[in-house]
Amino acid sequence: MARVKIKIDGAEVKADTSMTIMDAARENGIYIPGLCHHPDLVPSGLCRICIVGVKGREKPVVSCKTTVENGMEVFTDNPLIDADRRMLLELIHANHKQDCTNCLKNNNCQLQEVTAFVEVNEERIKRMRKEKPLVPDDDSNPFFTLSHEKCILCGICIRTCNEIQGVDALQFANRGTETLVSTFLDGNIKDSVCESCGECVVRCPVGALLPKGRQQPARKVKTICHYCGVGCGIYLGIRGSRVVGVEGDRSNPVNEGRLCVKGRFGYHWINHPDRLKTPLVRKEGRLVETGWDEALELVARKFSGFSGDEFATFSSAKCTNEENYLIQKFTRAVMGSNHIDHCARLCHAPSVAGLASSLGSGAMTNPIEQISDASCIMAVGTNTTESHPVIALRIKEARRKGASVIVVNPRRIDLCKHADLWLQHKPGSDVALIMAMCRIILENDLYDKSFIKERCIDFDIFRRSLEAFSLDVAERITGVPAGQIWEAAHRYAAGGPASILYAMGITQHSHGTDNVLAISNLALLTGNAGRDHAGINPLRGQNNVQGACDMGALPDTLPGYQKLSDPDVRMKFDKAWNCRLKEEPGLTLTEIIGAIAHKKIRALYLVGENSLLSEPDANHVRSALEKLDFFVAQDVFLSETAALADVVLPAASFAEKDGTFTNTERRVQRVRKAIQPAGNSRPDWWITSQIAVNMGQSGFQHRGPEQIMEEIAMLTPQYRGITYKRIEDSGLQWPVLDKKHKGTPVLHTENFATPDGKARFFPLTYIPPFELPDKEYPLMLTTGRSLYHYHTGTLTRRVDGLNSLNGREMVEMHPEDAKAAGLTDGDRIIIRSRRGLVKAALKTSDRCPKGVVSMSFHFAESPTNVLTSPVLDPVAKIPELKVCAVSIVKH
Amino acid sequence: MSMPVNSEIKERLNGIFNAFAGKGNELIPVLQSIQEEFGYLPGEAMKHAARFLKIPESTVFGVASFYSQFRFSPAGKHIIKVCHGTACHVANAGEITEKLETRLKIKDGETSDDGLFTLESVACVGCCSLAPLIMVDDEVYGKLDPVKAARIVSRLSRTHGEKQEQ
Repeated sequence: MARVKIKIDGAEVKADTSMTIMDAARENGIYIPGLCHHPDLVPSGLCRICIVGVKGREKPVVSCKTTVENGMEVFTDNPLIDADRRMLLELIHANHKQDCTNCLKNNNCQLQEVTAFVEVNEERIKRMRKEKPLVPDDDSNPFFTLSHEKCILCGICIRTCNEIQGVDALQFANRGTETLVSTFLDGNIKDSVCESCGECVVRCPVGALLPKGRQQPARKVKTICHYCGVGCGIYLGIRGSRVVGVEGDRSNPVNEGRLCVKGRFGYHWINHPDRLKTPLVRKEGRLVETGWDEALELVARKFSGFSGDEFATFSSAKCTNEENYLIQKFTRAVMGSNHIDHCARLCHAPSVAGLASSLGSGAMTNPIEQISDASCIMAVGTNTTESHPVIALRIKEARRKGASVIVVNPRRIDLCKHADLWLQHKPGSDVALIMAMCRIILENDLYDKSFIKERCIDFDIFRRSLEAFSLDVAERITGVPAGQIWEAAHRYAAGGPASILYAMGITQHSHGTDNVLAISNLALLTGNAGRDHAGINPLRGQNNVQGACDMGALPDTLPGYQKLSDPDVRMKFDKAWNCRLKEEPGLTLTEIIGAIAHKKIRALYLVGENSLLSEPDANHVRSALEKLDFFVAQDVFLSETAALADVVLPAASFAEKDGTFTNTERRVQRVRKAIQPAGNSRPDWWITSQIAVNMGQSGFQHRGPEQIMEEIAMLTPQYRGITYKRIEDSGLQWPVLDKKHKGTPVLHTENFATPDGKARFFPLTYIPPFELPDKEYPLMLTTGRSLYHYHTGTLTRRVDGLNSLNGREMVEMHPEDAKAAGLTDGDRIIIRSRRGLVKAALKTSDRCPKGVVSMSFHFAESPTNVLTSPVLDPVAKIPELKVCAVSIVKH
Repeated sequence: MSMPVNSEIKERLNGIFNAFAGKGNELIPVLQSIQEEFGYLPGEAMKHAARFLKIPESTVFGVASFYSQFRFSPAGKHIIKVCHGTACHVANAGEITEKLETRLKIKDGETSDDGLFTLESVACVGCCSLAPLIMVDDEVYGKLDPVKAARIVSRLSRTHGEKQEQ
């Protein structure tokens, strides 16, 4: 970038040509006062406080909006500028509530800072102060208050909501002295489109937007958010033994300081009185408190009584890598069972299986930060703004930079507002849609011939399978007009780096693996793999679901996806763990439930999973779990599932232990202990180790998580170069091949991770969803998520503010379907499927297409998974949670 | 005037939107057409306008609330404009507005519960020699004080009552 020389107050300084005068001054340690400037936002020049003089220009210029020019001479201070600034500032003070000592922003307020520099005249302010009609505070939002009396109308909140968040909840309304920051129709913030992310609160330069009930922390601890797979960097604010706030970590490349409502405000569960604080043992049918010695001795004794095939473990994608590693090691090496799995089975098992066969690795190929610079983004089956809010910010950012955004979703999700093209296909018709796009790309010669020739195999057989997917056929199957499919293909294959993001809408089908392969075909066809800003990007759900898979909490693979079927691999682990591993893979999560129902598996060690709400056909799950001879649950709360256990072991939360999480882009990041575990709870790694030790096993005497990671690094090629010291400041993206290797932000740049280094095309046929609507069950139920809750709600339902934003299950139904059924908004309804019934409330909305209803699975009072179908994808064994047939009647 | 229901609003809007391309810079003419159709800007109609023009709802409201030509509730049968030009201001127009607010139990800019009157403050209407004055619909009433102004309203109110009885 070109550098220029300018003079500021006589002193010569150098600056980039792209810099504003204010940037150049601040970089050189020269203060220019200003109120509406924020480094994250496009300069607005609204407050005019930052005016400076420039030699040769008659009038002062706004320094935050004026770029530097070679030879420019700037004066930051003279009597004229001083007088102008003073007048502007006095006008602001005349309308600003003078209550500094009671304000939470006191000593941290930009108005105070600017006033100290500019100086104002109290007498003049008093004269100008007028009795203006009092606009009451807006305290409708559970997490923050907007006080108009303190607002200085700098517009930073409005611009944040627009530029950072893309939500546009706020805007200036009215005119002149009545101007105020307002929502649509001047309604309550809570009832507006506001997503409560709090980004505006963080940036408010004064006390106009303040968090509610926030206490100043005494110290801050750098760690990683525990909610979703995005893995945002955070600081936990700690006061005494309590978490009193969360701040975004601006140095973390994943979120650069930004957070969503759950991450920023959803921390109250950590110190919730419901936390399990002591082990519980079932005596005469009741769970009674006991000590660790008794509980561990009992678990160890009972576990010893089961043979390997009778024992299964559900590990947890909420736990750390170190814990998942130990839990699968315990299951395999101590219990002699490969029946270990976790909730990835219910989310991205098809990605792991499908992408492993086509690309050699089932993870996001490109880093999150690269999404911002893609030239096309195709978001398929991902409600990104609700499920991965901070990744959604990247999509919006890319769109602002000119990217073309294609949304493929049966529902008019929020992201459609930010899309150039929205394809509303029928649930489960993805293969037909994507294969038809492939065919158009081929027919129009938009494919990357040299990439295919040099780096892929099986192209011809794939090409032949496209014959079945003419535009007519695709239009009939998907319900998407042919013209839109054609446009999507042309947008995607336009030549610039195109990134596909996908989630449960692709995977949770009885043909989920086919869906994933279709996506992989599309990306390979256009050379969008192994390329910056492009790629195939499965958005993983849980904070550490990537890590739990990496660590081998899966029935068929050991840590690092090393195959149990490989004798060399088994030998390596036999030696390291001093055991004899079984070659035969274990059962998957969904199959384990079946085996329990048939009494083939008699003991279950369940860590942090709430199967009664998360598995399909929940009634069946309950009756199966009741048949267990011995059931141990380990959790932070007594979940609906843990309440059925024989022994309940209280686990420490993410804020109470050390370890690592691996986020959806394969970044291994450090999680830090910020407070002591609640009551007598213990970190999961300690509990599992102690069970093993009580069973007389060696190999579980680690001093702590850091030492466990050393063992992981030794046995896992992708993690070989990971040490706590290296990820102290910032995480590394696997594979990290050795202690010097800098990690791998983009996968497959030179070779694919397959044995021959080539990516593979897959011929596909279209298979409809298993259970389609019929006379008895005329509606199609699809399941989704809410921004305000997380999975089965064990954590978020214990945060009052989140409950007040979304407190019950609302079944979404098209207004015309509702009218035909004689239902109106808010009605209590009964939803029935072949497997059971659920009661909930109705919300009519044209977000849902006709014939389809949508529910979340966050609410134990309306357990949606009582309805869903347990039919499985034949390869990945994922249940078809996205499609089942239901009927609805008034309650 | 009764408020139209949502489905009716949607239908009437389609006719309006047909005349536009759906671009953000058409906001003001679109709002004007909506007000011409409904007599005011129904919230639901502004939402549809935002979707049609692909701009945020908050922007639609921000712009609409900036211009005094737009109203957010149906206007009354009679529109009372209280002049606040320089001459009227000096002659205590403020007290007239206050009195009418009390009499009609509404605030400046609002419409009375019976739907008869909308009260508005305006700048100079150009009859300064009659200050302070109000305009009711097209009629000018000058040389007023708060009590006289309230009497005009009461008289109009009575006329309507009698009409209804007939």
